[in-house]
Amino acid sequence: MKKFGLACILLFGAVLLYGTMDFPVYGDPHSPASQHVSDYYIEKTIEDTAVPNIVTAVLADYRGYDTLFETAVILTAGFACFFLLRRFRRPPPKFRLYRHLDTGITLIFEEGAKEPVDSDEFMRIDSQWVPYDLIIQKAAGLVVPFLQLFALYVVAHGHHSPGGGFQGGVIFGATIILIAISNDLRSTSRRISESISAKMASTGVLIYAGTGTLCLLLGANFLDYGVLSQLINVSPIMARSHGILLVEIGVGIAVSAVMIWIYYNLASAGRHDEGL
Amino acid sequence: MIWQFDLIILTLVVISGIAAISIRDLLGAAVLFGAYSFMMCLAWAVMGAVDVAFTEASVGAGVSTVFFVAAVFRTSRRSKD
Repeated sequence: MKKFGLACILLFGAVLLYGTMDFPVYGDPHSPASQHVSDYYIEKTIEDTAVPNIVTAVLADYRGYDTLFETAVILTAGFACFFLLRRFRRPPPKFRLYRHLDTGITLIFEEGAKEPVDSDEFMRIDSQWVPYDLIIQKAAGLVVPFLQLFALYVVAHGHHSPGGGFQGGVIFGATIILIAISNDLRSTSRRISESISAKMASTGVLIYAGTGTLCLLLGANFLDYGVLSQLINVSPIMARSHGILLVEIGVGIAVSAVMIWIYYNLASAGRHDEGL
Repeated sequence: MIWQFDLIILTLVVISGIAAISIRDLLGAAVLFGAYSFMMCLAWAVMGAVDVAFTEASVGAGVSTVFFVAAVFRTSRRSKD
């Protein structure tokens, strides 16, 4: 069976490679993909939207529907992980581990023992024992603010350089995941709880869809940002640029929140008490 | 495009792809998949698709590797076949 599968894969791979021989040459301006709308985007993007990065303009303006539903797909992925993995009713653990911070001694509290909740001297640690990593915690804490600033830069500067809502949102979510890995899942989910991340994910998609609906209410087509000039007192061309920024912010919020949410559910197997 | 770069990157893509599906240790497979994503990111960057390369670097090589490691941490590290 294994040999049969290998033969099948080799055969299909050979057919696919044979098929690629009919592809147009790389960068060929006469290839079918470059015939219809590519010229229009390349020549008219600056005139239409005042956005130097054509990719951002195509992604968030000309092909706004695609990006809206891509964001909805990511939100659906977050919900799918939640429904598959989350466990609300869990039996209490047999024991809990606490570390005495001054001496570094680990104490085991059996079920029923009185636990030092909210004590300054004791810190709860995961049941799979983890050493106390001062260097990792402090180093992660040191780089996280700069990474978050970079994430905001990527979102805000998507008009001029590579980047945008997706990339910036993922980097922002990754910084929170870095905090969760370097400290622990409990203290991180006390700062950004699961319900906040779920609400932020939904809010991001709502910002995107709401921008489109606002255009609809002002008398234009869905996601036709030019009409926003009635509200913010700029030319319709600049209004399209600002509309793109607005939906990129929505995408960034949604993507970062979904990344955090999926990580919480995956790393703690849906229990949200201890993780990676 | 510089064909020497292309050749090196594509060879590494194929090697890390085959290694990621043939290795028994699933944590190693996750790391190899991150290396595969990073090589794909370099390939996009060489072709001039910088936005796609950025997305591949942040999503493919960054966050999805973390998700794989988290999933391996919660399941088993050895694969059966």
